[in-house]
Amino acid sequence: MAKSGIYQSSLTKKYVIALAGLFLISFLFVHLGINLTVLIPESQDTEAKEIFNKAARFMMLNPVIKVFEIVLFAGFIIHIIYGLILQIHNWMSRPKRYKVEGWSHTSPFSKFMIHTGMIIFIFLIIHLVDFYFKAKFFEGAESVWYDGEEYHDLGALIIQKFQNLGFVIFYIASFLFLGFHLHHAFQSAFQSLGLNHPKYFPFLKALSLITSIIIPVGFTIIPVFIYFQIV
Amino acid sequence: MNFTLKIWRQKDAKSKGKFEKYSISDISPDCSFLEMLDILNEQLVARGEEPVAFDHDCREGICGTCSLYINGRPHGPDDAITTCQVHMRRFKDGDTIVIEPWRAKPFSVIKDLIVNRNAFDKIIQAGGFISVDTGGIPDANAIPIRKEKADQSMDAASCIGCGACVAACKNASAMLFVAAKVSQFALLPQGRIEAKERVQKMVAKMDELGFGNCTNTYACEAECPKEISVEHIARMNREFFGAKVGGRKNIKK
Repeated sequence: MAKSGIYQSSLTKKYVIALAGLFLISFLFVHLGINLTVLIPESQDTEAKEIFNKAARFMMLNPVIKVFEIVLFAGFIIHIIYGLILQIHNWMSRPKRYKVEGWSHTSPFSKFMIHTGMIIFIFLIIHLVDFYFKAKFFEGAESVWYDGEEYHDLGALIIQKFQNLGFVIFYIASFLFLGFHLHHAFQSAFQSLGLNHPKYFPFLKALSLITSIIIPVGFTIIPVFIYFQIV
Repeated sequence: MNFTLKIWRQKDAKSKGKFEKYSISDISPDCSFLEMLDILNEQLVARGEEPVAFDHDCREGICGTCSLYINGRPHGPDDAITTCQVHMRRFKDGDTIVIEPWRAKPFSVIKDLIVNRNAFDKIIQAGGFISVDTGGIPDANAIPIRKEKADQSMDAASCIGCGACVAACKNASAMLFVAAKVSQFALLPQGRIEAKERVQKMVAKMDELGFGNCTNTYACEAECPKEISVEHIARMNREFFGAKVGGRKNIKK
């Protein structure tokens, strides 16, 4: 692909953004699964946060995951850049706007993808600085010992972060916007890829709605549980 | 019925243009929207003013020539009809009605409410046809076609090329129009022969002319006077993908 994205066909750009988007959704599920382990209480065999800390180390050091991490960053960058290219082109396609803007019966979420996307992007940057780089370089985390082996207590870092109500609210609000983004995104990606079939599309739309609820709810129960000390 | 009209007035393509306010009274509720504009124009002419230029032809909802953006909706407040089929009874007495031309970079304003929709013709010229040799009339049943396919093709072919999809789309995208034109041929055996080249050429022309991209908001489907389904857009996407991946050559123009 020697050609720059700007010169690709409008439909090619849509395929790329849709495929990158679907890949990012699959990542969200993996991320959510690992995050939820931080809520597992201590049991006979494991201490509190032990499973989470071990999972976090696996995600940081496993070579396969490391390769996927590069793919993931590429996915984010491609999705964001293509989204911006498409949006700027869309704005340019109507240089003179209407006095009375349209109010057709359509999904309201689809009209604000760039806005919700921007909010998620800001969240992503803050999130990377707050958690990812700290975890990556093992900064700001105390040591913890399981079976005589040293681990970094990232679970404790998360619990400490979510003591701040402002941060909890910011975190929840960001996921609310991610939910809005996903509500349109998931099913829309299939339409862009041409996979709209009258028999299966209602199912994909339902799946899209479920995803847009599960992801934000799943991610937000963690700060809520931690803040209110439910676990 | 009495109305206040705010109408976009623009002398020619180069002028800046602005909204003008007109009051019109004693309009029958059974008057069509275009007849109401005719009455306004008669009054303007009688006053020695320039009448409002707007596109219209058949006034039967068939030709797709009328093209007004009325209070934020292409073809006015009703679903599945063209502007000429809108009647003044759809408005309330004393309403203010804002009338604008289609707004899109490829649809330049010629005068007042008339836009140049030549861009659609250019897209059709790029590939919206089948190349057949003329000759004797072939037997109607020589090529069997599934009823389902024939129906879908007919639905796509009902596009009148009015441009409401572009006008309604927040991105001024022509995807529904192009998709309908690609689909009507792609669904039938005669159209399959040139399908791979057609979709690439028409999409390339659409991009070149400066139409926006599809966000799958589906305002086009909601406003289309012929209720053309966005399933056709998905079909175009499939056709395009198939042509890019499976076609022997990439066609850019």
